[in-house]
Amino acid sequence: MGLLDIHGLSTRLASEAGWVHALDDLSLAIEKGQTFALVGESGCGKSMTALSIARLLPDSGAIVAGQVRLSDGSANTDMLRISETAMRSLRGKRISMIFQEPGTSLNPVMTVGDQLTEMICLHTGASKAQALQEAEDWLAHVGIPEPKKRLQQFPFEMSGGQKQRVMIAMALCVKPDLLIADEPTTALDVSIQAQVLELLKTLQREQGMAMLLITHDLAIVKQMADTVGLMYAGQLVEKASTAEFFANPRHPYAHALVKSLPSQAQRGQALYALEGRVPSLVNPQPGCRFAARCMHVQENCTQSTPGLFMATASHEVRCFYHADLSFQKPASVNANVRDASTFGSLSKVVLQTVSLSVAYPEKGGLLRKHFKPVLNKLDVTLLQGRTVALVGESGSGKTTAARALLGLLGSNAKVQGDVLMEGRPLRQWPERGPQGWRSKIQFVFQDPFASLNPRHRIAEILEEPLLSLRPDLDAAARKARVLRVIEQVSMLDEVLTRFPHEFSGGQRQRIAIARALVSEPKILICDEPTSALDVSVQAQILNLLKRLQNETGVAMLFITHNLAVVQYLADEVVVLRHGDVVERGSAELLFANPQHAYTRQLINAAPVL
Amino acid sequence: MMPTFLLTDVLIWLLVFGVLAYARSVIKNPLARASWGLVFQSKIASASLVILLLAVIITLLDSVHLRLNSAQQSRYASPIISVLDVALGPLAYEREKSYSAPLATRALSKETMEVNGKPVRDYPRLQFGGAHLASENDKAQNLSKRAYQGALGGAVLWAFFLTALWVIRRAMAHEEQQNGIGVFKGSGAYHAVVWTLFALCVIGGVVWKWAEAYHVLGTDKVGVDVLYIALKGLRTAMLIGLLTTLLTLPVGIAMGLAAGYFRGWVDDVIQYIYTTLNSIPSVLLIAATVLMLQVALEANPEAFASSIEKADLRLFFLCAILGLTSWTGLARLMRGEVLKMREQDYILAARASGVSSAKILFSHLLPNLMHLVLIAMVMDFSGLVLAEAVLSYVGVGVDPSTFSYGTMINAARLELSREPVVWWSLAAAFVFMLLLVLSANLFADAVRDAFDPRARQLKQSLVRV
Repeated sequence: MGLLDIHGLSTRLASEAGWVHALDDLSLAIEKGQTFALVGESGCGKSMTALSIARLLPDSGAIVAGQVRLSDGSANTDMLRISETAMRSLRGKRISMIFQEPGTSLNPVMTVGDQLTEMICLHTGASKAQALQEAEDWLAHVGIPEPKKRLQQFPFEMSGGQKQRVMIAMALCVKPDLLIADEPTTALDVSIQAQVLELLKTLQREQGMAMLLITHDLAIVKQMADTVGLMYAGQLVEKASTAEFFANPRHPYAHALVKSLPSQAQRGQALYALEGRVPSLVNPQPGCRFAARCMHVQENCTQSTPGLFMATASHEVRCFYHADLSFQKPASVNANVRDASTFGSLSKVVLQTVSLSVAYPEKGGLLRKHFKPVLNKLDVTLLQGRTVALVGESGSGKTTAARALLGLLGSNAKVQGDVLMEGRPLRQWPERGPQGWRSKIQFVFQDPFASLNPRHRIAEILEEPLLSLRPDLDAAARKARVLRVIEQVSMLDEVLTRFPHEFSGGQRQRIAIARALVSEPKILICDEPTSALDVSVQAQILNLLKRLQNETGVAMLFITHNLAVVQYLADEVVVLRHGDVVERGSAELLFANPQHAYTRQLINAAPVL
Repeated sequence: MMPTFLLTDVLIWLLVFGVLAYARSVIKNPLARASWGLVFQSKIASASLVILLLAVIITLLDSVHLRLNSAQQSRYASPIISVLDVALGPLAYEREKSYSAPLATRALSKETMEVNGKPVRDYPRLQFGGAHLASENDKAQNLSKRAYQGALGGAVLWAFFLTALWVIRRAMAHEEQQNGIGVFKGSGAYHAVVWTLFALCVIGGVVWKWAEAYHVLGTDKVGVDVLYIALKGLRTAMLIGLLTTLLTLPVGIAMGLAAGYFRGWVDDVIQYIYTTLNSIPSVLLIAATVLMLQVALEANPEAFASSIEKADLRLFFLCAILGLTSWTGLARLMRGEVLKMREQDYILAARASGVSSAKILFSHLLPNLMHLVLIAMVMDFSGLVLAEAVLSYVGVGVDPSTFSYGTMINAARLELSREPVVWWSLAAAFVFMLLLVLSANLFADAVRDAFDPRARQLKQSLVRV
């Protein structure tokens, strides 16, 4: 009998299309002092599980079946059948939650001290003075310097990592039995992520609480969890101890996820990319929900619904053929086999920045403006057909560098240095026309949901750069180009008449890439093009970018914080910190032998599978 | 009779064409069609729309004017009448001497009359209201007979509408090849439309039959039928609501877009203008402008062929002045949204593609803000109708000769203090305005819910554990 015992939990959500079966017959147990990790792609029901347990579903949702038992020494209560008042005293006292966005989970108009003491007073009945002392101890405990001073501060005066620490302090100061952490580090930088995870682990050991960790990152799971539950389309498809899960994953979906992660070992090869998307959960059909994307699909997979089979004593899988499938890790020995790029090492320089510096004005004196440098003397050389990765944490000036290259910085920014395209400064090139620099430098944004105008059809989106950048082309030539790029990104002509909202994240990112390619650029700047995407979609997009680079010889400036992607994709790496270049070098050498302490810190902080 | 167009007529018909063009674009655009589909799924919104449509039809009938020859002029006491006056027949020109209560046969105050050669002081019979009755004792019987006939006529009209609706629905269902649409059953909203139509037809039929021989809502001080005044007041209310919005939109949108997108000194200037405008009490501003205008109109009587045209010009200027003071809210709303939206990646993408500022504003930003404009428009409508009433009450609104709810309420100030109380003018203005504003508000709520996803909530019954 575990601390938390969930049996047959089913949750539904009302939508315009009908009932969404967000959770289907979910059963799991968490022991005291253990960590259970729920992994899976977005839309698979991870967060719904957390909200169902805490009974915090949105108004349109309801739990329709199941039990959630929280044991309390001898008695164990079914949390779904107690009153809301009783539930409220459970929440916060015995179950605490941490959410993804530390910024929005704290009340911006209350001081940190007030929020902490409120929590402590409410659940432990301590006096105000005691609570204040306790709050100070907790801030010190979660590693915030000068806790006494911090108590008087407001959330906006703190950094993201500190805010998440405050959140953790708030969640843990009542000494809960169960902590539900929903993507606690997704919004944080790698080095802060490592610290926060370490903190959670330490506190868990001290207090002996159970933890339900929800994440999409398999590497974090490996580092943190005792037991893993893999979710797909509202169902738990695999449940095993962490060691067993990573040594011998059994569900085809688990295989696909592990294989689609980019790594140094897979350089030069195409990543395994899971095609398709998570099926609609409105009135799901009988049969295995993964069948449509499974490479081992058999006839009866689509006809009868698989239950959870016991593969070993501690390993359950929802697949008929789990015993027949064997998993092979991607080969890791051929690291030396570099893809013989069509453009070789003698390819020509297409873009060069010479001491590119950017500074923003700060509030200063009336007569003299103070500038705060965000980028210092960046020198980057982009070669035809090669990829340079710009790596760094938030605030390192990566995105500023990209915007400076595209001439998109606001008029108040002070830009120094020069950008040379094919040896000539950009300002000497015309902006538009066949020789215009804008059509030669194109870009792909991070969030494909924000970068396409929801009111424009795909055809309009793709034609727009041509209309403004290439006034020399006539309608027929534009149309021909649009048709060609849509084929280049492996989509069909029929998408042209549709609107962005009809596509999934991966498809949208393809469209965004097509828009970048339509003016036939020589340089493609990709600003975190895969960070908003799921792993399997990330693999598709990375494969596509790689293929397009080989086909068109476009030079890529790849901006990311994900070191695994860099190791997989980049030829040269530039590490930025607070606007300064701290280290640069070829991808293989730099990762094998990092020189600068900051680079080492970054590499060590990134969780690895 | 010669058709003639007043300034406001032209504007209101332009507006009708604008709405038709918008409807055409909605039909073409699946996104907008889906959103409007949600509006028409709401029972309350569909019922409100039926009432609003009736008000619009009356307004449009009242917005086609005819110039009369001298023979007809003597009857209507005015050189220009509208199609509505023609349609209402005697209601438009029959005048009693003074006040009379609803459905009364005698006037409200005593008069000295000559009966059999002797002067008698009594309530005189009305010239038109119930004049056909041989004996006043037959009134109740006559009323119920007419009510019966009217209800029957209304029911027949309703049956006609029902058939028309049925034909349209069958054609649509056939076109879409959807077997799912129950032609006979219909959705909840369809039922709401049908029953609202039923209520309107029956009530309308009864009122119509009564109005032929009685003053259903009584008469006012100069003996004009109050029902007639209320119906004519509809045009003024709609005009103020719609025309002002029409004048507000371009200014509000342009100012808001420019301020939010260009920021810097453009933003400063626009913010300065609307902060200044907002800091002046709008009634004061409107009163000052209207009074100045009044002087100008009085000084140039030769510029107008008739008092109707003068009153019409004053109405137009009132709309313009109201528009001048009410664009600030929309501009502020747009500015905030644009400030937020200009940081969106797709705007950045457009800028990096070298798209011009004008094109970004009108092809990227504006379409994404149209739902806000639409919501602001329908929400403002009822506020403006009420604003007219307040302004006319204060005496700076429409011309005193223009029929409007504001002037009715203004007149009621004196009517309520006399004995016996004349309550029907106020009651009529109140009921008509309530119906118009309430249905506009309910419709606006549905529009907001459909176009603003944040406000949309699913109210479905759930089987909980």
